[in-house]
Amino acid sequence: MTYKFPDDLFYADTHEYLKEDNGLYKIGISEFAVDQLGDIVFVELAEKGLTLNKGDTFGTIESVKAVEEVYIPFSAEIVERNENIIDNPEILQNDPIDQGWLLIIKPIEDFLISDLMTSDEYKSKVSPK
Amino acid sequence: MQLEKYSDLFIKRHLGPRNNDQENMLRKLGFDNIDDFISEVIPEDIHIKNNYRSNLPKGCSESQALKDLEAISNQNEVNRSLIGLGYFGTHTPNVIKRNVLENPRWYTSYTPYQAEISQGRLEALFNFQTIVCELTGFTIANASLLDEGSASAEAMTVAYSARKNKNANTFLVHESVYDHTYNVLLTRARPLGIILKRFDSHNPEFTDSIFGILIQLPSKTGNLFDPSFLISKAHKYNILTCASIDPLAQTLIKPIAQLGADIAIGSMQRFGVPIGFGGPHAAFFACSEKFKRLIPGRIVGESVTNEGEKSLRLALQTREQHIRREKATSNICTAQSLLAIISSFYAIYHGPDGLSKIAKRIVIYRRYLELCLSKLNLFVEQGIRFDSFDIYSNKSTEIHEEALKNGFNLRILPIGSDINNAKGFGISLDELTDENEVFNILNFIANVFNIDIDFRQIPIDYFFELDGMPLRDDNFMKQDIFARYRSETELMRYVFYLAEKDFSLVDGMIPLGSCTMKLNSAAELNPIAWDKFSSMHPFAPKSQAKGYLKIISDLENWIGELVGLKAVSFQPNAGSQGEFAGLLAIKSYFMSKDNSVRNKCLIPSSAHGTNPASAVMAGFEVVSVECDQQGNIDIVDLNEKINKFGSQIAALMLTYPSTHGVFEPRIREICSSVHSIGGFVYLDGANLNAQVGLCKPGDYGVDVCHLNLHKTFCIPHGGGGPGVGPVAVSETLKPFLPDYSINDIPISQLSYSVSSSKYGSASILPISWMYIKMTGFQGLRNSSLQAILSANYIAFSLQNKFKILYKGQNGFVAHECILDFRELKAKTGLTVNDIAKRLIDYSFHAPTISWPVAETIMIEPTESESLKEIDRFCDAMLLIADEIIEIENGTYPKDNNVISNSPHTIKQLIAEDWSNPYSKQKAAYPYNYDLVNKFWSPVSRINNAYGDRNLVCSCSFHQEETVQEKKCA
Repeated sequence: MTYKFPDDLFYADTHEYLKEDNGLYKIGISEFAVDQLGDIVFVELAEKGLTLNKGDTFGTIESVKAVEEVYIPFSAEIVERNENIIDNPEILQNDPIDQGWLLIIKPIEDFLISDLMTSDEYKSKVSPK
Repeated sequence: MQLEKYSDLFIKRHLGPRNNDQENMLRKLGFDNIDDFISEVIPEDIHIKNNYRSNLPKGCSESQALKDLEAISNQNEVNRSLIGLGYFGTHTPNVIKRNVLENPRWYTSYTPYQAEISQGRLEALFNFQTIVCELTGFTIANASLLDEGSASAEAMTVAYSARKNKNANTFLVHESVYDHTYNVLLTRARPLGIILKRFDSHNPEFTDSIFGILIQLPSKTGNLFDPSFLISKAHKYNILTCASIDPLAQTLIKPIAQLGADIAIGSMQRFGVPIGFGGPHAAFFACSEKFKRLIPGRIVGESVTNEGEKSLRLALQTREQHIRREKATSNICTAQSLLAIISSFYAIYHGPDGLSKIAKRIVIYRRYLELCLSKLNLFVEQGIRFDSFDIYSNKSTEIHEEALKNGFNLRILPIGSDINNAKGFGISLDELTDENEVFNILNFIANVFNIDIDFRQIPIDYFFELDGMPLRDDNFMKQDIFARYRSETELMRYVFYLAEKDFSLVDGMIPLGSCTMKLNSAAELNPIAWDKFSSMHPFAPKSQAKGYLKIISDLENWIGELVGLKAVSFQPNAGSQGEFAGLLAIKSYFMSKDNSVRNKCLIPSSAHGTNPASAVMAGFEVVSVECDQQGNIDIVDLNEKINKFGSQIAALMLTYPSTHGVFEPRIREICSSVHSIGGFVYLDGANLNAQVGLCKPGDYGVDVCHLNLHKTFCIPHGGGGPGVGPVAVSETLKPFLPDYSINDIPISQLSYSVSSSKYGSASILPISWMYIKMTGFQGLRNSSLQAILSANYIAFSLQNKFKILYKGQNGFVAHECILDFRELKAKTGLTVNDIAKRLIDYSFHAPTISWPVAETIMIEPTESESLKEIDRFCDAMLLIADEIIEIENGTYPKDNNVISNSPHTIKQLIAEDWSNPYSKQKAAYPYNYDLVNKFWSPVSRINNAYGDRNLVCSCSFHQEETVQEKKCA
C-alpha cells in the first residue's frame, strides 16, 4: 500500500499529523497509522473548549483488533472537533487527512514546529527498510 | 502389574501417537529415545531426575478410577438443601443434560474467536444475552461472567470508571446484598482505593463522595422492596445504581431497568444449572447502551458475512484485557459459556409462561408454608417475599436437628452460626419444591413442638400475589425462539442444529497455542453428573461434604507436588482469578510486614494481556521488561529494572515455558535475581503442560503459580468456559491464600476472597482428579514429553516452508511453536487471519493467531493428537505454503484467490454461478488424498467491523412483527 505524505503536514512520533491554518492547527492521524490499526470502529475525542497540556491524550481510536490513544504535541485549546467521524468512523478510515481530521486546536504556548517531523522524515521513518 | 490389565491403562488412550509413532517422530528429529530428546530441550538445571520418587497415583484403568471415585462420592451426603443464599435447587431437563452438558460437541469446543465455525454456540450465547435483556429490561448484556460475587465487583468497577465526579471514591452496598458478595467486592475495592460501606436505609443520606450503590432483589433475607425511590434519589447525586437480581423473580416483578437501575447482575444458576457445591454457574451482566464500551467480558454481537448474510461473532473485543492490558478495567478473560448455554436452553425449553409458572408456584408454596407455620406460632416478619423467609425461634436447634434427620438442610440463622447456636432458621424454596415437600417440612417442624396438625386440611390458596411490589405488566421473551422449541423433539433438533455448525474436538485437532486443547475423556467427564456431586450445596454442613473435601485435598497434594509448592487454593474460578488471588497473596504478605513501598510488578513485554491487567487490579504498578531477539526475557533489561526499582519490586510475573514457546535456559538466574532484592516470582501456569513431571516451578524459584485446570488437567473449554484457576504458593505465602467467610466479617484484616463460594467451581474438580488418578505420575510425565515431541515434530516438518520464529537451546521449541507470517502482507496482501480462515477449508480449527506476536500463528498439538492428525495438519500448512506462492507469483490475483475468499461454504459451491479463478475442488477439497471428515463452514467470511460499528447484542422484538415472522440470528 502506498501512503500519501502531503508536504504541508508535520508529524509526531505517535503518528499524529498537524496542519497549520491561520494560527490554528488541524490534528489527525496518518494514513500509515490508519492502515496499521485496521478497520476503525470507534472514535472518542475530548470535548470542544477543553485545554490540554503537551503530551495529554485527546482521544482513543478503536479498530476491530486494537485500541490506541492519540496525544497532543503541544499545550492547546480545542477549538473544533470533527463530529462527523464520531458518527461515522469509516470517514477516518477512508480519508484521514482531508475529511478525517480529529480536532482543530489553538496553541496556548510557544512551540517549535521543528520539534515535529517533516513529511519526508516521517515517510522515511515508516517506510519499510 | 498384571499383564492382562495393561491394555486397560488409561494413559494408552489419552496419548494420540502409538508406540511406533513416537519412535518415528523421534527418528525424524534425529533421536533414538525420548530421554535423549528431552534433555536437549529442557535446561539441565531444572530437569527432574529419572530417579525421582513421586507420591502421586501410579495410573490405572478408567473402570478402577471410576470405582475409587464412586467410593469417595459416597462420602458426600446429599440432603435436600433449602439454604438458598444464591444457590437454589433446579431441574436440568434431560434433553439439555444429555445433549448439551454431556455432548462433546458443546463441551470440547473453544472460545468462539473463529466466528465462522462457532455460529452454533454464538447463537446459544446470543440467546442467553437476549434472555438476560428480556428479563432485566436492558438492551445490552454480555455472554456471562464468572459468578455473582465477581459480577458485582465488575459492576462496581464499571460504575467507578463511568463516574462523573472523578473524586468520588465510595461505593455503598445495601444491607440486602449477600455477605459473600460483599466480601468479593471488598477484595476488588481495596487495591483500587475504593471505600466500601454498608447501608440499610431505603432513604439514605448521599454525598458527593459516593459514585455507586449496589442493591439486591430479593434481598439476602428473601425480601422484595420497590427500589424506585432509592434509585431516583441516587441519580440526583449522579450515583449509579447496580442491582443484583434473581432472574426467576424477574419473570414476576417489573424489570429492574424500568425501576431505574443502571446495571443489573446476577446468577443464572437456577435456570437449570446444578448447584454443584458452589460452581461453576453463569453470572450475567446487563446495562444500558451508554456503558457498552465499559462492559467486562465477552459480548456476542450480530454482523454480516461478506455475502451479506446475518451472522454472529464476538463484538467490541478491544474492551478486553488482551488488547488493553494494564489499561483494562477488568482482567476477565473467560466466560461461563457452557453454563450460560445450558441456562439459555432451559429458558427456551420453558418459555416465558413456563418460567413464570415456576416462579409463581414457588411464591404460592412459600406463602402456604408461612401460613401453616403460623399455626405453630412461628411467624415471619412483615414484608414482601419471593422464595425465602426467616423465622426466629427458641427451638431452632431442635428444628435444624429434625430437618437433618429428615434429609433437609435449612439456613442456619444468624448466618455463619452452627446448629447449636442457631437462633432461627430460614427456608428458600425452588423449582424442585412440591406439595409433598411442603408437608414434609411442616411435619418435621410440628414434631419439634409436639403438635399434631393435619396440614393437608389447610387449603392451599393457588392465587398468586406479591402485593406492594411493582409487577411485570409486559409480555416478555416474545421472540420466536421462545415459542418454537417447547417440545423435546424440537429442542433436541435445535440443540444439534446449533452444535453441528461448530468445530469442536469431535471434528479434528484444535491446535491452539497456549490453550492446550487436549482430550477431555468421557471417563473424566462422567462423574460431574453424579447426584452426589451435582446436588451438594456449598453451605451444607461440612460433615456432609467429606467426599468433596477428600477430592480437594487429594488434588492439593498432587498439584502441590507437581508444581513444587506447599499449598493450593481452588477458589479462583478462572486463570485470571488465579492471577488476581496469587498477586493479592504477595500484596497481603507485604502488607503484613507493613511494607507499602513494594508496589511494582515486573512483567515481560511478551506476557499475556491478562498479567498486567491483573497486576493493576491487585494494586501494583506495571514495569515492563523487554524481550531479546530470541524472545527470551532480556536479562540486561531485567537487571537494570531490578537495580533501578530494587526494594519497590514486589514480584516478577512470568510465563514458563515463555509465551514464545521456549524453555528459557536462564530461568533459575532470573528467579534468583528477583529473590535477591526481596521480590517474589509469580508463574503464569498457562504453559504448564510442558512441565508436568519434567520440572517443578517451586524448585527453580517460583513462589506463586496459578494453574489452568482447563488446559493442563483436562477440564474441557466448554466453548469458552468454565475455567478453573487454582493458585499454588510457597510456605511463606501460605497464610495469604484466599480465605472465605460466609459473613461480611472478614476473618482477618488481610483475608480476602475472590469467589462467591469457598471452592469456586468445585463440581468440575472430579475431572482433574480422574485425569491424575488414571494417568498417574508417569503418565503425566509421558503426556508432557509427547506434547513437546509433537510440537517439535511439527516445527521440523514445517521449517523448510515457514520461519519458526523462536527456538530454545539446541534449536528446539517447547510444547508449541510460532510460525512467522509478518512478511505475508507485503508480498501477497494477505494477513495471518486469511491463513486461519483457509485452514477451515482444510477441516482444521486455526491455531492461535497474532499472539504473542502480531501476524504469526502459534501451534500447540498437545499429547492427545495422533500422528495421522498431526501429519494431516502439516500437509495442510504445506499446501497453503504452495497456495501463497501461487499468489506471490501472480498465478492468482491478490484480491481473489483461494485464501482471501476462504472459508468456502457448500452454498457457494453448489451455486450455478462460480466465477472464481480456481476450481471448486481446489476451494473445498484441497488435499490430494481422500478426506474422511470434511468440515464445512456454515457461513462465509464475517465482516467484523460492520458489527462493531453497529452493535446488536440481543434479539429485539418489535410490536408490529408477529411471532412467526421474527427469526433471530
